[in-house]
Amino acid sequence: MKYFGLIWKNTWRKKVRTSLTILSVLVAFLLFALLNALGYAFRAGEDVSSAERLVVIHKISLINPLPISYEARIASTPGVAAVTHASWFGGYYQEPRNQFAQFAVDMTAYFALYPELIIPPEQLEAAAKNRIGTVVGHELAEKFGWKIGDRIPIQATIWTKADGGRTWELDLEGIMRSNDPRGSTAFMLFNHDYFEEARAFGKGTAGWYVLQIAPGADPVEVANAIDAQFANSPNETKTSTEAAFAASFAKQFGNIALIVQLILGAVFFTLLLVAGNTMSQSVRERIPELAVLKTVGFRDITVLGIVLSESILIISLGGILGLGIGWFLVQGVSQQMGASLPGIYLSPQAMLMATGIMIGAGILAGLFPALKAMRLSIVDALARG
Amino acid sequence: MAETLATLQGVSRVYQKGKERVDVLHELDLEINTGDFLALMGPSGSGKTTLLNLLGGLDKPTAGTVNVGGAILSSMSNSQLSNWRATHVGFIFQFYNLLPVLTARKNVELPLLLTNMSAKERSRRAEIALDIVGLADRASHRPRELSGGQEQRVAIARAIVSDPQLLLCDEPTGDLDRATADEILKLLQTLNAEHGKTIIMVTHDAQAADYARRTLHMDKGKLEARTTA
Amino acid sequence: MKFLNQAIAVTLLNLRNLPQRAGGSVVAVVGVAAVVLVFAAVLSMATGFERTMLLAGSDDTAIVLRSGSTAELNSGLSNDQALIIANAPGILRDGDSPVASFELYVVVDVAKRSTGDQANVPLRGVQAFAIDLRHNVKISEGRMFEEGKNELVVGRAAQSEFAGLDIGNEIRFGQTSWTVVGTFEADGSVSESELWTDLRVLQAMYNRGSSVQSVRVRLLTPESIKELSDALADDPRVDVDVLSEKDYYAGQAGPLSQFIKIVGYPLTILMAIGAVFGALNSMYASVSVRGKEIATLRALGFGPFSVLISTIVESTLLSLIGGIIGGALAFAVFNGFRVSTLNGASFSQVVFDFAVTPDLLAQGLLAALIIGLVGGLFPAIHAARLPVAQALREL
Ligand SMILES: Nc1ncnc2c1ncn2[C@@H]1O[C@H](COP(=O)(O)OP(=O)(O)OP(=O)(O)O)[C@@H](O)[C@H]1O
Ligand SMILES: [Mg+2]
Repeated sequence: MKYFGLIWKNTWRKKVRTSLTILSVLVAFLLFALLNALGYAFRAGEDVSSAERLVVIHKISLINPLPISYEARIASTPGVAAVTHASWFGGYYQEPRNQFAQFAVDMTAYFALYPELIIPPEQLEAAAKNRIGTVVGHELAEKFGWKIGDRIPIQATIWTKADGGRTWELDLEGIMRSNDPRGSTAFMLFNHDYFEEARAFGKGTAGWYVLQIAPGADPVEVANAIDAQFANSPNETKTSTEAAFAASFAKQFGNIALIVQLILGAVFFTLLLVAGNTMSQSVRERIPELAVLKTVGFRDITVLGIVLSESILIISLGGILGLGIGWFLVQGVSQQMGASLPGIYLSPQAMLMATGIMIGAGILAGLFPALKAMRLSIVDALARG
Repeated sequence: MAETLATLQGVSRVYQKGKERVDVLHELDLEINTGDFLALMGPSGSGKTTLLNLLGGLDKPTAGTVNVGGAILSSMSNSQLSNWRATHVGFIFQFYNLLPVLTARKNVELPLLLTNMSAKERSRRAEIALDIVGLADRASHRPRELSGGQEQRVAIARAIVSDPQLLLCDEPTGDLDRATADEILKLLQTLNAEHGKTIIMVTHDAQAADYARRTLHMDKGKLEARTTA
Repeated sequence: MKFLNQAIAVTLLNLRNLPQRAGGSVVAVVGVAAVVLVFAAVLSMATGFERTMLLAGSDDTAIVLRSGSTAELNSGLSNDQALIIANAPGILRDGDSPVASFELYVVVDVAKRSTGDQANVPLRGVQAFAIDLRHNVKISEGRMFEEGKNELVVGRAAQSEFAGLDIGNEIRFGQTSWTVVGTFEADGSVSESELWTDLRVLQAMYNRGSSVQSVRVRLLTPESIKELSDALADDPRVDVDVLSEKDYYAGQAGPLSQFIKIVGYPLTILMAIGAVFGALNSMYASVSVRGKEIATLRALGFGPFSVLISTIVESTLLSLIGGIIGGALAFAVFNGFRVSTLNGASFSQVVFDFAVTPDLLAQGLLAALIIGLVGGLFPAIHAARLPVAQALREL
């Protein structure tokens, strides 16, 4: 640390060059932050899914409905503590581009199964009591300017009503949020009873079931028991933990992570060259000075350390700035556009990884110039100057 | 009575850096006649290079007028000065300043690129200039393949190729041994005597100054009355 | 003209010196190459996807869906409604029967060949006219399924991307088992991502009775779509949307390709900004290395303009070289790279090839050019303004 003054001075000997290098590093880490946060959204909230909750879907595909009678049979399966159902509605508000998720559920049971969803009890009660009551996430309420008491018309793309209409009117009774900063609540819940009664077709079914396993029960055993129960029936099931279900759904998008990694690979490769070039220019310019340091009695390893520290310092300055700006942007985006781009989040793991990259890249970029500085022969260097 | 080529009147050059103020030249007057060969001597930092730069239009005075061959350099724009330098003045530096990627001939041709001359004509003139400095046989060598003396000859050829009236030399022999220096100085003498070039040469070497027609001494930005013939 | 000659002379001189500054130049080149590579790679996803979707649509074919349903998957029509639609005016007839196919569109879970992950693969129940209705579809291997049998023909792209779809294979969906009897191709359009079977068989398997999801019809002429939709709008027995196949697929392609562009362009701009910093850095370094040469040339009478030009040309040239390398790399690595992804609009997998088009490459080179100009401008001004007397002192 006693060398910090020296290192700091050297870093800024060519202000333009150092600033430009720091700016390139900044951009690289900003990209890292943004792409990571976006990649996080694509993993569809795997991290916020529970391993204690299981999802039961139709074996052929998620889009095939299951008989509503399954609920009771699942509930009586050993190891199941609680179960509820949900159905995909697939509507939009006013215009097709205002698409968001709506689920027809049993309000009370649903919130009981998802303790991470926070809603004032009186709002939940009101929503459950009002046949056409609905609860929406705060992101949607903010985006569309909805207030409690509003009547919200939702246009159906699938579920026409028995009377031929496509507009489902719902009363906003509650607004929910998640107690987890990573969790998104950009969806709408309404009463399955109303859905069941008013829809033109598909009666007697639900989209899927969600269940909570009893304490101590083995999720794999419970899943197998459920699937075995419905084997060889016209509606076979596939049960998995919510986390596995989210992960397998995310994988449907193909290898987004690979593409992101490719881009970041190209970015950081370039970054290494930029920073490495800066360091080798800087060392080349001060060969005589470095020789003087050695003449004065600095050890080779100290000279190496000084050059490496400079390199790490430059990359860390840019990296911290880039991550900082990235963090603010992600924060802004998730607050402003939480409804259209749910789940965008800069995880602590990503930050930690970025810090690792800073140090690693700093060492890599500075290594050859530093070795050159270390191996410098005093006689040659002074002769050259 | 020879005619006057260059006139400096009340020329001052001040460098201002923040609050610090360096008075390099102070109200300097000087006349230089056509055909003169002038040696400029004086201690380091006395302002010799500064004076030479003003005469060559590389720098402008803070006050006063610089008139060379009728052109008022002190009131010309930078691009006017560029054009003027291309045809009116040749520079010879202590460290030659040849372009390492070009052959001797191409280095000499360089100033001719500023004219509308055909490539053939340029090459012919470069040959002539190289012949004058006695390096016709090394025309296709690069600076790295030449000795210091030879490099300086190429630089001289480059300075005379566009046939300027005035040659400005800043310590042209400062980096050469005695024998080579003498050869270069004789070459300058020839250029002065036979080709009619007016030469101003900055030097720290009294023996070099002996080759000139007269010597001016400078100290602390002032010309001293003492002149040696 | 002297002006120009000067600029050319100084520029050529400068470029001859380039190898001496190789380090910095390589950094600038690689920086720009990375930008163009990433740009072309990301955007080639959007172009490839769009191409696959749009190739499938022709404007003399119409697709009729229950009104308000944005995709086939959401739609539903009874057999009676479908018959009314097929017999409406504006539709081409083959002898007595209209050229129409009632279709059912569902998704089934099939594993991806590469990773084994389950994916929503579209399974379409079709009628005899289905192949004629699609201009580019033909059986390329094996044979068409037989009506009434649990047989599948599979799109070429689906076959290459998903497991267990080779001809002769048996595949189970729920309780039923199917035999793959043929492969069809469709010029790489989205149809190739699908599996096809007989409509009646699929209706039975999905307990759909006789209901269908869409009716596809060949129009008399592309303009007949108006006649058809007017007639259906006036018919109280049906409540449907009529779209040309072309518009339908454009709508299906929209959200995902928009998304890729919304991410891709800002990404490129950010990276380009980074590359500009890199270019600025190496150009400042280049100017400082050339300081002595620049001062000498200026002393000889070369004007500031020629120095300016030479610096900008250097930077632009390096950028363009980077752009060409990046573009060539993108083309070599990504053009034709096959992926499959979930298209949110249809909730099913679409298999497509990345398409690095000439248009994308031109845009990439334009970006490189801009990076070069911006990255060269300030150092060039700096170089042109170098005080000559001062620079000569620093030799
Ligand atoms: N850009 C500048 N800013 C401030 N002072 C300067 C600048 N350039 C030159 N000087 C000062 O001007 C004075 C004269 O410099 P000049 O180069 O003309 O001296 P010189 O007589 O040629 O010396 P030498 O014999 O060492 O070459 C010196 O004191 C120098 O420090
Ligand atoms: Mg001097």
